[in-house]
Amino acid sequence: MSYEVIGITVLWTFLFGYLIIASIDFGAGFFSYYSSITGTRHLIHSIIDRYLSPVWEVTNVFLVFFFVGFIGFFPDTAYYYGTALLIPGSIAIVLLAIRGAYYAFNHYGSRSRKIYTLMYGASGLLIPAALSTVLTISEGGYIKVTDDGKVIFLVNELFRSSYSWSVVLLALVSVLYISAMFLSFYAHKAGDAPAFKIVRTYALVWSLPTILSSLLVFFAIHDHNREHYEKMLDRSWMFALSFLFFMLAVYLVWKRQRLGLSFIFVILQFAFAFYGYGSAHLPYILYPYLTIHDNFTNDSMAIALIVAFVLGLLLLIPSLYLLMRLFLFNTKYVKGK
Amino acid sequence: MLLNGYDPVVFSRILTSLTLGFHIIYATIGVGIPLMIALAEWIGIKRNDFHYLLLARRWARGYVITVAVGVVTGTAIGLQLSLLWPSFMRVAGQSISLPLFLETFAFFFEAIFLGIYLYTWDRFKSRMTHFWLLIPVVIGSSASAFFITIVNAFMNYPVGFTLVNGEIADVNPIAAMLSPAMPTKVAHVLSSAYLTCAFILAAITAWSLLKGKKHIYYKKALKLTMVCAFVFMISTALIGDLSGKYLAKYQPEKLAATEWHFETMGKAPLILGGILTEDNEVKYGLKIPFGLSILAHSNPFAEVTGLNEFPEDEHPPLWIHYLFDIKMAYVAFMVLVSLLFIIEMVRKKGNTYRRWLLCAVVIAAPVAILTIEHGWIFSEVGRQPWILRGIMRTAEGATTSDHVDLMLLLFALLYLVLGISSVRVLIKMFRNNHAEDEIAAYEKEAHDPL
Repeated sequence: MSYEVIGITVLWTFLFGYLIIASIDFGAGFFSYYSSITGTRHLIHSIIDRYLSPVWEVTNVFLVFFFVGFIGFFPDTAYYYGTALLIPGSIAIVLLAIRGAYYAFNHYGSRSRKIYTLMYGASGLLIPAALSTVLTISEGGYIKVTDDGKVIFLVNELFRSSYSWSVVLLALVSVLYISAMFLSFYAHKAGDAPAFKIVRTYALVWSLPTILSSLLVFFAIHDHNREHYEKMLDRSWMFALSFLFFMLAVYLVWKRQRLGLSFIFVILQFAFAFYGYGSAHLPYILYPYLTIHDNFTNDSMAIALIVAFVLGLLLLIPSLYLLMRLFLFNTKYVKGK
Repeated sequence: MLLNGYDPVVFSRILTSLTLGFHIIYATIGVGIPLMIALAEWIGIKRNDFHYLLLARRWARGYVITVAVGVVTGTAIGLQLSLLWPSFMRVAGQSISLPLFLETFAFFFEAIFLGIYLYTWDRFKSRMTHFWLLIPVVIGSSASAFFITIVNAFMNYPVGFTLVNGEIADVNPIAAMLSPAMPTKVAHVLSSAYLTCAFILAAITAWSLLKGKKHIYYKKALKLTMVCAFVFMISTALIGDLSGKYLAKYQPEKLAATEWHFETMGKAPLILGGILTEDNEVKYGLKIPFGLSILAHSNPFAEVTGLNEFPEDEHPPLWIHYLFDIKMAYVAFMVLVSLLFIIEMVRKKGNTYRRWLLCAVVIAAPVAILTIEHGWIFSEVGRQPWILRGIMRTAEGATTSDHVDLMLLLFALLYLVLGISSVRVLIKMFRNNHAEDEIAAYEKEAHDPL
């Protein structure tokens, strides 16, 4: 495998990691707020808190990791995306900042306040929308490069495009779906029947919109970027598998059985769709201006980054394992003892 | 110019300064406090003294709030580098992405173990197990400061590549990390962060003592933090002197602008204060003969390069002299406070709880933070007009995007809100929960285990 393929695979994997854990986090924030309006907060609050409190900081790092790595491997992207993303990027930063800070204020401060929960819950739904514009822009058609190399972001095109809205929709509903599926597993593991009842309903409610909006994005790509669509058809088996795992995951939640396995199926469902989409997108990082081959960093930096990455993983994997053993897979902790 | 018309370069510079200026307050706290917590917990375990353990625990509680703000503003500056300086990042990405990448690893490491540390105070049989969890936090927080300062050192003195027709080639990522600016910068940043945190924690304690609290807990805390402050004061001052010598050798234009030193000459005097007239004459300044030669080369007769050796469009702004002098005044105050405290401590009839001394300690904390801000602005403005010294001018690195002015407003509002909320939360957190109550609860439990 060439360095650039290794590079983009590593980065894509980190983005995928972020997608899963951030979705759990964002969705949980929203459910936490939603339950406080509907009066069921006391039932699910402790489950959500117990999961989120030790991991909220880690979630953020996945994102930082992704974009720092991206600039490292593909420095030219900084120029194009950096110029184009000033507004959506800044909005995403502000939302992330509000969310992260208010989570901590609410959780560790002496008294929780409703306004904090609102800011925290609402920002969680807006962030996926802001971040998903990066994927939308990567399809091309929203950036114009003038003859003297100036990058112009066509903000109106983005707002009027049905493709961009379908991506936003998919981002929103899948956040809620992934989160609810995870919380079902977590509540079940904790043996918390009332909480499980609520989050299971959330999971089932959001499953259908998730699959429908995925289909919508699929067809929107057909209209927006035919080349990408054709390549996705070549990999249709990946999307078929994704659908299969979706069915299995929802079936298990419906039957209230093997919820751990069910969440693994959710991960596989998104993994097949995400890697199917991503590999079909190659070699472009920004259609049609940037490819992974023309805009890759120099060899010595690539090697240094890959070595740093491997060494870093040697440090991270045991630490993440420790974190999960202590909090996620520790039955005593999960049950709140 | 600033008021009439939109200039993305100016707004990008203001926004970057604003973000960094806000971030470094929380980042400095993030670097230094874990070390202080570790020290308190270590002493607590070794001496089996609950007071020190409680100290560690209460500091850790407040620390989480500051970390949260540090994390989110750190994410902001990380992204803003690409959003506001896309052309710069295109070049820097080629040569300096390794330390940026390593910084996120350090940050990752810290985040994981901080989460574990905060939730396992009572989970392990051995107190030492819990203490060891803090070590990765200390290492991670200092390592991220280490790596990010390396990036900044590279911008001050880029190395590890060859320049071919204005494009960088033959990049050596390891060499790029070992810029001559690196050792002094990294050491100064780390040491001054530890110093600032020691002063902040000392000031909190001194404040409680001033308000009439008398418990031995506060006295232990004051002694611990002030001894740390004294030690870090010495190291920071020594490294600061080395930084001056670094400048003389590698960035003489910065040193010359700082000291308004125009003609290259030996026996160069050091100028304190003063104002500069339009034809570059220094008025009302206090001249210390041989001072600059000693500062730059440890030799009163050594020749110091003057600003006239450099083309005028490469001169740093001359007002950095004022910044530097103000910073040194702050440093003098901090040296005095820590020295007086230590004298009172070792003196036979000494009393470290004198009202004026406690007041001085309280004032030292904001002064320490101001010193960090002044020092940082001095360092950054001093390398203007370059974003990459000798390679890329700041104006060439900035975005050409519209709406940077709007984003400036947005972020200013964000930092205002975050700043006010975090301070309010912190104050509330400790006002509602007194150390005395926690000590009493512990003692009750110890005497009456069931």
